[in-house]
Amino acid sequence: MFCEKAVELIRELHRMTDGQLPAFNEDNIRQVLEEMKALYEQNQTDVNEAKTEGRSELIPTIKFRHCCLLRNQRCITAYLYDRLLRIRALRWEYGSVLPTTIRFHMCAEELEWFNQYKKSLATYMRSLGGDEGLDITQDMKPPKSLYIEVRCLKDHGEFEIDDGTVILLKKNSQHFLPRWKCEQLIRQGVLEHVMS
Amino acid sequence: MADDELSDAGDLSGEDESQEDVLTPAELISRLEEAWLNEKFSPELLENKSELVECVMEQLTHMEENLQRVKKGDLKASVHRMEIDRIRFVLSSYLRSRLQKIEKFFPHVLEKEKSRAEGDPSFLSPEEFAFAKEYLANTEVYLKAVALKHMPPNLQSIDMLKAVPEPCLDSFVFLRVRERQENIMVEPETDEQREYVVDLEEGSQHLMRYRTIAPLVASGAVQLI
Repeated sequence: MFCEKAVELIRELHRMTDGQLPAFNEDNIRQVLEEMKALYEQNQTDVNEAKTEGRSELIPTIKFRHCCLLRNQRCITAYLYDRLLRIRALRWEYGSVLPTTIRFHMCAEELEWFNQYKKSLATYMRSLGGDEGLDITQDMKPPKSLYIEVRCLKDHGEFEIDDGTVILLKKNSQHFLPRWKCEQLIRQGVLEHVMS
Repeated sequence: MADDELSDAGDLSGEDESQEDVLTPAELISRLEEAWLNEKFSPELLENKSELVECVMEQLTHMEENLQRVKKGDLKASVHRMEIDRIRFVLSSYLRSRLQKIEKFFPHVLEKEKSRAEGDPSFLSPEEFAFAKEYLANTEVYLKAVALKHMPPNLQSIDMLKAVPEPCLDSFVFLRVRERQENIMVEPETDEQREYVVDLEEGSQHLMRYRTIAPLVASGAVQLI
């Protein structure tokens, strides 16, 4: 039956409900495009025959093939667009550098789209007043506490906090520190926020 | 909290002659929170408030500078730090809401901006407009390169306005009335009902279709909650 391959693409994404990005299904897309080519060529032939030899009984078939073509176009576009939405979400979740496992699931054009999106977003954020703009991919949750529990992931030496006390950040040690002092180190991967 | 020594940014007039009154820091933050809630709960993109955003950014800078000068270890410092973080969260969340809606409805947002009359308020800041245009271009280039150019000649383009859904203006929203409104026309929900009018009393709260009260949100007569 026509359009089956196209619907398979949709089903594949529909199965991944948590926003995961499956590998780019190049094979399947190619098959749908080939089917479209075949349908179009058959229609061209039939349209000519219908015109020149007045064979109007071909018209329902022509219309049917046209519907299949439209459905294929719609399914492919939906598949590609839904993937873009998932890729967009990756920027907000992982930051500007994607893990290699995810990059392998993206085709070259998707990577290009991602790079352009990153750039657009960065330009926009830089324009938000002040000298450096505002990084709105941070502060995703309302600040709840002044102090947080953190675990040290690497040796970082001595660390001074506001009231003058000095903490030794040794690997695997845990501390209860003011949140704003830790944010930078958490982002750099030196500290890890321990949620109990 | 925002009124005391750490937020002595004083009055915020001077840059904008278009603002009729001078906002205290507390009023500024209150306006930001109203804009934030409205944007969060509204199904469509609301009017752009870049003056407000600029003022809040300036306020944050002032507060950060003041915080540097406070004696270390003072308890006030941590509480004011918390306040700065809270304001920054609200501002970021507000801008994120807007960006999400711009991305979600990008062809419609751009169309609305294009067909806007000269004097009408803009829905997009210049930077948001640039972002939206880039998003459209990026997506179109991508779709063409991966699929559309390999399709039969008569199927090589997509009408984005038809392909991307519009915001659902009929979704229900909670609202609180700030200025009394009379004779609001409410559409019937079922075939047996007929349209009727309601008066919205100040301070009352309602659950209504967004479409019915959209102009009231824009004018500030109601607040979405």
